[in-house]
Amino acid sequence: VKLPNSLPRPAGELESLKAVWQETRGLRLLSAVNNTYIGIYYVGAALLFLVLGGALALLMRAQLALPGNDFVDYDTYNQLFTMHGSVMMFLFAVPVVEAIAILLLPPLLGARDLPFPRLSAYAFWAYATGGLIFFGTLFFDLAPDGGWFMYPPLTSWKFSPGLRADFWLLGIGFIEISAIAGAIEIIVGILRTRAPGMTLARMPVYAWAMLVVAGMIVFAFPPVIVATALLELERAFHWPIFTADDGGDPVLWQHLFWLFGHPDVYIIFLPGAGLVSLVIATMARVPLAGYRWVVGSMIATGVISFLLWVHHMFAIGMPHHLANLFSAASMLVAIPAGIQVVAWLVTLHRGRLQRAAPTWFLLAFFWIFVLGGLTGVMVAVVPFDWQVHDSYFVVAHLHYVLFGGIVFPMFAAIYYWAPMVSGRMLSERVARWACALLFIGVNLTFFPMHVAGLLGMPRRVWTYLPGLGWELPNLLASLGAAVLASGFALAFADILRRVRLAQRVDVDPWQAPTLEWLPLDNYGTRSIPRVSSREPLWDEPELRREVDSGRHFLPGVATGGRETIVTSPRSARPEYILRLPGPTWLPFIAGVGTALFFFLLTVKAFVGAALAAAVTLVAILLWAWASDPAPGDALHDVGGGIRLPDAMIGPRSHAWWAMVVLLLVDGAIFASLLFAWFYLAGGFSGWPPPGATRPPLAATLLAAFGWIAGSAALEIAARQVRDGAGAAFALLTATSLGLFVAAGSTMAMALSGIGMGPQEHAYAALAHAFFDWQALHVAVVLVLGVFLLVRLQRGLVDARRRATFDHARILAHYTAAQGLSMLAVWQT
Amino acid sequence: MMNEPLAQSTLAPARGSAAAPIGELGVVLYVGGALILAVVSLLALAGVVAGPRDARAKRWILVGGLALPAVLLAALFCYALAVGGAVAAPENGDSLRVQVTGRQWWWEVRYEGGATLANELHIPVGRPVELVLGSSDVIHSFWVPPLAGKVDMIPGRSTRLVIRSNGAGAFRGQCAEYCGAQHALMAFHVVAEPAADFEDWLERQARDAAPSADPAAQRGEALFFRAGCASCHTIRGTAARGRLGPDLTHVGSRRSLAAGTLGNHVGTMGGWIGDAQALKPGSYMPPTDSLAGPELRDLAAWLEGLE
Repeated sequence: VKLPNSLPRPAGELESLKAVWQETRGLRLLSAVNNTYIGIYYVGAALLFLVLGGALALLMRAQLALPGNDFVDYDTYNQLFTMHGSVMMFLFAVPVVEAIAILLLPPLLGARDLPFPRLSAYAFWAYATGGLIFFGTLFFDLAPDGGWFMYPPLTSWKFSPGLRADFWLLGIGFIEISAIAGAIEIIVGILRTRAPGMTLARMPVYAWAMLVVAGMIVFAFPPVIVATALLELERAFHWPIFTADDGGDPVLWQHLFWLFGHPDVYIIFLPGAGLVSLVIATMARVPLAGYRWVVGSMIATGVISFLLWVHHMFAIGMPHHLANLFSAASMLVAIPAGIQVVAWLVTLHRGRLQRAAPTWFLLAFFWIFVLGGLTGVMVAVVPFDWQVHDSYFVVAHLHYVLFGGIVFPMFAAIYYWAPMVSGRMLSERVARWACALLFIGVNLTFFPMHVAGLLGMPRRVWTYLPGLGWELPNLLASLGAAVLASGFALAFADILRRVRLAQRVDVDPWQAPTLEWLPLDNYGTRSIPRVSSREPLWDEPELRREVDSGRHFLPGVATGGRETIVTSPRSARPEYILRLPGPTWLPFIAGVGTALFFFLLTVKAFVGAALAAAVTLVAILLWAWASDPAPGDALHDVGGGIRLPDAMIGPRSHAWWAMVVLLLVDGAIFASLLFAWFYLAGGFSGWPPPGATRPPLAATLLAAFGWIAGSAALEIAARQVRDGAGAAFALLTATSLGLFVAAGSTMAMALSGIGMGPQEHAYAALAHAFFDWQALHVAVVLVLGVFLLVRLQRGLVDARRRATFDHARILAHYTAAQGLSMLAVWQT
Repeated sequence: MMNEPLAQSTLAPARGSAAAPIGELGVVLYVGGALILAVVSLLALAGVVAGPRDARAKRWILVGGLALPAVLLAALFCYALAVGGAVAAPENGDSLRVQVTGRQWWWEVRYEGGATLANELHIPVGRPVELVLGSSDVIHSFWVPPLAGKVDMIPGRSTRLVIRSNGAGAFRGQCAEYCGAQHALMAFHVVAEPAADFEDWLERQARDAAPSADPAAQRGEALFFRAGCASCHTIRGTAARGRLGPDLTHVGSRRSLAAGTLGNHVGTMGGWIGDAQALKPGSYMPPTDSLAGPELRDLAAWLEGLE
């Protein structure tokens, strides 16, 4: 078979590749954007929050070791358990999943980097800054104390005055943003930057897992975004969306929260399962058994996970048949999990196991995960759940699931990939001790909690009375927590001691089959491999040498800067060269600015918040300014007779894909608002309630006309841009912007005609919430429009350089469609 | 206070209660789960210990991953449906009806016919009792593990739960939905007693408080009004009409103080009145440091005499 490129390589080719991918040092480490840096920062930060969240758990176990203990008081304890849950779910579990993906996916897929390095960097900085501020509230007696699930009315203004709950609601804002940014990066990265020849059927299972998970984030986070925004509106402005007396319903929160919360469990577990599938095959030295079954199971899990949320609410007094429907769906999700377990077992039996650290963690994972899965089936059984719901049985269950679902797979992954990151192995001896301590610790801590729950002990109690039989299980759990902590301490000490960021890594400790074990540098592999099977390094023993000597694709620098190859989504045919950014401070500034904005808004420092928002906006616009470069005229030879352009517009471009994913998020947010609307409309009181009317028809029709006309003007402008963007284009774009503003204002007028303020009834409150969401869209369209006109004036928009216009146009059309939908819904 | 080891346990369900069939269902789940876990663990260990062998992936997945779980889950679902259906079936009109309201952090109990009390329910043995559950502030959840599963108490809604015990006994329940500061100390008792005893008890609870002949108690009564207790508490038959705290008309007859937190006698009553914040910090019972020791004793004597 002829390789894409021949030897010898031209003089200076490798040097130029090294030069454009020069490593970052000193303070400029903060400006690094490529995955080798951001991935490490991200994983490190997530592990830091794991340690911090764990420390909170130790304090809780100290308090609960004995009945009637006074190690901490009720107020501290309630903050501790709220923060423990929130930190573990929002600052450890979801981020670590995305962090591992950012670090691992490029080398695994054979890309030099994911398509949006600045977006990943931005997501990381927003998360790290916001997370530290959020955790810091503990030291100022400002930490939230309403539980990580934040059920109103307990968490609303009346029963939780002060800032504590606001820190949760606004503090979670940055993590919502960074999770979604990560999801966009991961989806587009997996679908568009795979090495040539890595068809979907040849893609590693872990990449499949992350594709499913990122897709789930797109649809799972919007309900919680809406829930937190609505609860913050209720807290700040007394809009009674969750207040039963004024047409709201506290149960609405539970629906929105668990619409996110349940898929979230699988958002955390599926990446763990993907890691297990990848590691177990290497450790058993055979391909994963039942690849297609495993992939199918992951997709099925992702879909089913959106149909289970109500099983967190079996005790709200719902009709029995409704509960049974969700019970059946909850049991159904056990089947794809079972299929994966069987596939792993078959793989174990087929192979000759390597007796090393990752294997021990995998075996511990088996026990813990299966046990957690089995108790999961138990809580899906409606009558059984009526007993154990909100008892310590569920605490036990969820910790088995999360330790099995992510913590043990994560440790297997750390021990497996540490050599890929740092070029050296972690200590096998320490690994065995750590694994044993963690395994014993998990079981000693959490198994007795099942018993405590069955003995009637409710969750979230800061103390308990003696004499109910709860003393022994609690004491054992507290001892177990100490064992668990020692296991973590041992493993992390070894990791801290040995893992160093290496510039070039050329190791193959496990004889693994996947691309990330090719020799790696800051730029990834010397040349981008041509892939022709699912286990390329097993099937082509020469691949290491070929790739590293530059005989595969793009062995040097084609466009003068950092770059990678964009391939077609299904069969991974090379399509164009994606120019990647080098180090830049903008994502750091924008990320820190975003976190500060949310923080300052929370403490009601409005001037500071406005300043942070302005700095963030400027940083993002500067970043966007450089994101629409002029396409080069020449095609670039990447090897194998393939000549690629260095830019792409329209539906084949990676940016267009990102825009589509973003709009899916946006659409899901709107759908969540609609859910809230129709849920309350179908509830107890009249809709519109007595004293209110629907928005006047005349204003409604006028606004509808505005949206349609605004969209139409933009479409005519789109025709103009094909012939070069001239004065007519500018005029049409400006007209369109004007029409959008006019339509928004008319909607405001229509809203003022309902005869009721947003504080009076949930109907008016939600109608105003709809409008605010639409107004935000108009504002963004306006900013983008002005941005576009400035670029036009500078001569930076034309028939080929039009990404800015295209994306603004897609968002504007979406905004118009959303506005029309709102107007229609208001009339229902 | 009564604290038998299993008074709050799902593992010791009352005869004839909804908790009994759920307890049996639980045993099936534990045994079944243990067997599956054992099989998977043995298979995993065998995979580690034994050398490589040719296992047919598709067959194993179809049988072990798909067919077997599907059959087991379907059977479990049907079994659960039967148990759930029996437990959730609405009772006929014969049942006694009691309104229970969750409040931060105690339980208000109202019987038809005027009996109002706190943190304690009595039910006649062998007769279903329909509880109408509500909340006046945040979400709580009503749970007496030996009698039935839990049902949430949600502002703006009214939920229902039927409880029943075929044997006499006292059971402990506790709030199961996190409801703020003292969620941990929000418990209550359910006493199942023979029908005749129950009728007697209900009739006594519906009466007004009886005046006391004891001089200490009379001094206590005066103190009660002077110290402002009546602004939060009702004592039927007196001028006390407060609605914020528990009805104290027959507080002396109850098993616990502070929602299942303390036993009920003159000592605990005096201590509770004197410094509730030390015993249940965060509760809405204000400290009454203006009262001296002897005054507290008089006040406690009067209240404990209200049986």
